[in-house]
Amino acid sequence: MNIPDNLKYTKDHEWVRVEDDVAWVGITDYAQGELGDIVFVEIETVGDSLNKGETFGTVEAVKTVSDVFLPVSGEILESNPVLSDTPEVVNEDPYGEGWMIKVKMSNPAELDDLMDVEAYQKMINA
Amino acid sequence: MKITPLVEIHQQLGAKMVPFAGFLMPVEYSGIQDEHITVRTKLGVFDVSHMGEIWIRGPKALDFLQWVTSNDVSALYDGKVQYSCFPNGQGGIVDDLLVYRFAEDEYLLVVNASNIGKDYNWLVERGNEMGLTAGKEIENVSDEMAQLAIQGPLALKAMQKLTKEPVTDMKYYTFKKTEFAGIPGAIFSTTGYTGAGGCEVYVPADKAVRLWEAVMDAGKEYGIKPVGLGARDTLRLEMGFCLYGNDITDKTSPIEAGLGWITKFVDGKNFIDRDLLWKQKQEGVERRLKGFVLIDRGIPRQHYPVYNEAHEQIGEVTSGTMSPMLKQGIGMGYLQKGYWKEGTPVWIGIRNKFLQARVVKPPFYKPED
Repeated sequence: MNIPDNLKYTKDHEWVRVEDDVAWVGITDYAQGELGDIVFVEIETVGDSLNKGETFGTVEAVKTVSDVFLPVSGEILESNPVLSDTPEVVNEDPYGEGWMIKVKMSNPAELDDLMDVEAYQKMINA
Repeated sequence: MKITPLVEIHQQLGAKMVPFAGFLMPVEYSGIQDEHITVRTKLGVFDVSHMGEIWIRGPKALDFLQWVTSNDVSALYDGKVQYSCFPNGQGGIVDDLLVYRFAEDEYLLVVNASNIGKDYNWLVERGNEMGLTAGKEIENVSDEMAQLAIQGPLALKAMQKLTKEPVTDMKYYTFKKTEFAGIPGAIFSTTGYTGAGGCEVYVPADKAVRLWEAVMDAGKEYGIKPVGLGARDTLRLEMGFCLYGNDITDKTSPIEAGLGWITKFVDGKNFIDRDLLWKQKQEGVERRLKGFVLIDRGIPRQHYPVYNEAHEQIGEVTSGTMSPMLKQGIGMGYLQKGYWKEGTPVWIGIRNKFLQARVVKPPFYKPED
């Protein structure tokens, strides 16, 4: 199980990587493994300003449909363009090529509410 | 929770296990799409030991099966298999099944795991009315039998290594009782639920591990992989095969479901719901099970609504998935009259959107393409 220590995590298995006031968001290695083959990623919230916890997209595996939730409030700047044709990169490289969105954070203090690697590890082992 | 004799093997192989029809079953090993493509291009092995097996025997066996099943059992010969269903007396379906004829007075019925108890009770009740006795003429041996499906274009070639009986030329939907992988009395049938060719093999439950190991070993040089219920579902759906509980239920008739081809109104065959189904066949029905492919990008799922161009609901999805071979959303559902013609545009309601689809006649994927 790959859980990088430079990221922040949510209880819904999203990860956040911060670069200045922009947060990169994706789903964790654990999440992609549980979902199985991801065959469709739909993100239609680019340009929207959403609150933390709101749905920013949908991930469909062969057997399941899952919403993905915004870890921090802000404006969705961009979604990963490769996901529409090659959603499987989320399985192959969830923290890299399989990133989902970039968010311009409106309240970076919310980052403190997210889990660090130890807390996330503890949660998925529980 | 019931288990199959192979549960430990699945766990050792790292399968994701889920409860299904009361059994703990493998849903995937290497991944649904990888397993699916392996079956379409090479061969895969499925543990389908959860399926039910019920013997019907004795001098009344043929008359009884003609009464309780929709297909024409008199067309069978020894070694022939037939797809059929049990009409439920109210225009619905108790279950769909395979009928194996061993002799004029001996038949094996293979039924869905989720319906074993219901089917057996149904058969015993109907059997009692005709003088057949539970445990004697009607015998449920589901717990004593294991079944593997070996499916794919290379399956028969690989399995030939395990028996002296010639199997590579066997006709579709036939079977032989033979020694297989050193197991005497195995039932080897050229049936399956994938449209990829291959066979299904039935052995006593205590021989299941031996059979699995022999099959994996024989298939190794051809690239065999274990395949779970996830790919079993995507494979059957690409062929447009019905799944009981989704596409056919106790509320859907065989005529509505497009199973007229297994509903035989031949002379001398009276069967449960014959008059009602004959009327449906003559006068038509209000809804029919139809296949559709998504033109827009999206994946139809069970219970999603189906609309016409005016966004009036005209049906509901009963099964849907992303086709691993077509890389396109495919599905089936009951549609109102007027929307049955191939090419008819319909819209699937997916998350508050109307995604365009087109009615097609399954199979969605044709292996010879």
